[in-house]
Amino acid sequence: MADIHQRPRHWHQWLLILAAFAAVIMLLVLPLLLIFFEAFDQGWAMVQQNLTSPDMIGAIKLTLVVAAITVPVNLAFGILLAWCVTRYEFRGRKLLSTLIDIPFAMSPVVAGLCYLVVYGAQSAVGNWFSGIGIQLMFALPGMVMVTVFVTCPYVARVLIPLMESQGQHEEEAAITLGASGWQAFWYVTLPKIRWALLYGVVLTNARAVGEFGAVSVVSGLIRGETLTLPLLVQMWNHDYNTVGAFTAAALLAAMALVTLLLKTVLEWSTELKNGQPEQDSP
Amino acid sequence: MPILRTQHTVLPGFTLSFALSVLFICLVILVPLSGLAIHVSQMSWAQYWAVITDPRSLASFRVTLLAAAGASLINAVVGMLLAWVLTRYRFPGRRLMDALVDLPFALPTAVAGLTLSALFAGNGWLGQWFEAAGIQVAYTPIGIMIAMSFTSLPFVVRAVQPVLEDLTPDVEEAAATLGATPMATFFTVILAQLLPALLTGTALAFTRSLGEYGAVIFIAGNMPFETEILSLLVNIRLDEFDYAAASALASVILIASLVMLFGIQLVQSRLTRRWKGH
Repeated sequence: MADIHQRPRHWHQWLLILAAFAAVIMLLVLPLLLIFFEAFDQGWAMVQQNLTSPDMIGAIKLTLVVAAITVPVNLAFGILLAWCVTRYEFRGRKLLSTLIDIPFAMSPVVAGLCYLVVYGAQSAVGNWFSGIGIQLMFALPGMVMVTVFVTCPYVARVLIPLMESQGQHEEEAAITLGASGWQAFWYVTLPKIRWALLYGVVLTNARAVGEFGAVSVVSGLIRGETLTLPLLVQMWNHDYNTVGAFTAAALLAAMALVTLLLKTVLEWSTELKNGQPEQDSP
Repeated sequence: MPILRTQHTVLPGFTLSFALSVLFICLVILVPLSGLAIHVSQMSWAQYWAVITDPRSLASFRVTLLAAAGASLINAVVGMLLAWVLTRYRFPGRRLMDALVDLPFALPTAVAGLTLSALFAGNGWLGQWFEAAGIQVAYTPIGIMIAMSFTSLPFVVRAVQPVLEDLTPDVEEAAATLGATPMATFFTVILAQLLPALLTGTALAFTRSLGEYGAVIFIAGNMPFETEILSLLVNIRLDEFDYAAASALASVILIASLVMLFGIQLVQSRLTRRWKGH
């Protein structure tokens, strides 16, 4: 295909480009700059004070713990589901790959509520767990559970189109030549999908770290115990600690920028972008 | 599980991967969803109706729907513009612009809400200009609309971009040769081919906006009847331990988003089938 990109020739083409730049600057660049500007508004000392406060350190730790549990769980699930959906023909295949889109379409608050209803202290399941001394909701387990829910489509959504387009002849050849299923996956499939996997992990991690609505419903917002970084942003903003809120926000924004960078690099290093529509990754 | 299989391959692992995937989907997605359904079904129809036709609920439906519709319209226009410029022209900063479009997906929604509310506040970098023109953005429905359009901006761009990339300029050149004005070419030749992707992207943006919470509550002001969105009302009812009302309201959002999700999938598969001529 011929390159459709061209240098703009007419004044109205330049006008369109200017309009695009204006939209990007107003909607994306200024909000991003303002985060760092407000965080450093009262000088470096205030930033340092907020960064080393026990609330902040607790929130950072909790956020990392939630992400560290969520990402491997959804990595494993994503690979299993993608393998199942792309390698076999069976009844209900379409349904299975539609069902995992549900978390993308659902309001995070509704997701949190569903978990509260099913696993909360009043429910049978929640009651049983509190009988053996485990509190699910308004504690770490509940926060991990809703984060797993919210982020479970990412890895599968990245893998499925890629594995579908790659086909399975190489794996079948490996099996025919005597490899075990595990060997076929490890030596044949994995090298072909590793960049996409990494891409899925990056997206999952970003959402796990940044999830707000679902986590806020099941966290109970206990200071020093169940506040993740996004929840701390809201808490401090509510307390009129503007610099603190923006400092926590700046940490998250830095993570978002690293995510964007990795995403862009990964998209360039593979031909992911040609193989897969991206519209499903919020 | 041989009954399920419709075609055989030598690859092992079907039972394992199928069983584990289904187990995971049941535990993580279906059980919580049906839990909500059971919870709601325990209410009588009259109770349910009373909750969702409560004036405060109705006001929040209206605010949420109008803001989401406005945000989707903004996104359809701005998203189309960005997709067009990114695919059609070479200019300095194009790659950066392309990467930045994904910022709303990478930036936590609470952070987006916080910074947008400061940006559009009466004394903010952009808010002061709107204030001078007599428009208050923060703590009004306009603010809600802006927050929603921020978080769902990438949908339209990323839906339209690949289709636009596949459209070769031949058809446009042909139209121009035959005497069509650039405007006529755009509307009759290009937009017609882009319409499915544009609609899909806009519908996805709308679905996302209906459920958006984090970004909105910072900028909305959250006044009952005025700037209170549905997701927030659910959360407020939860804080009052009114689980029944919260679940009833949540079921409305849930049904709306599931209808959108399956509707989009249905339309998409119909259109792609027609596209490929099957």
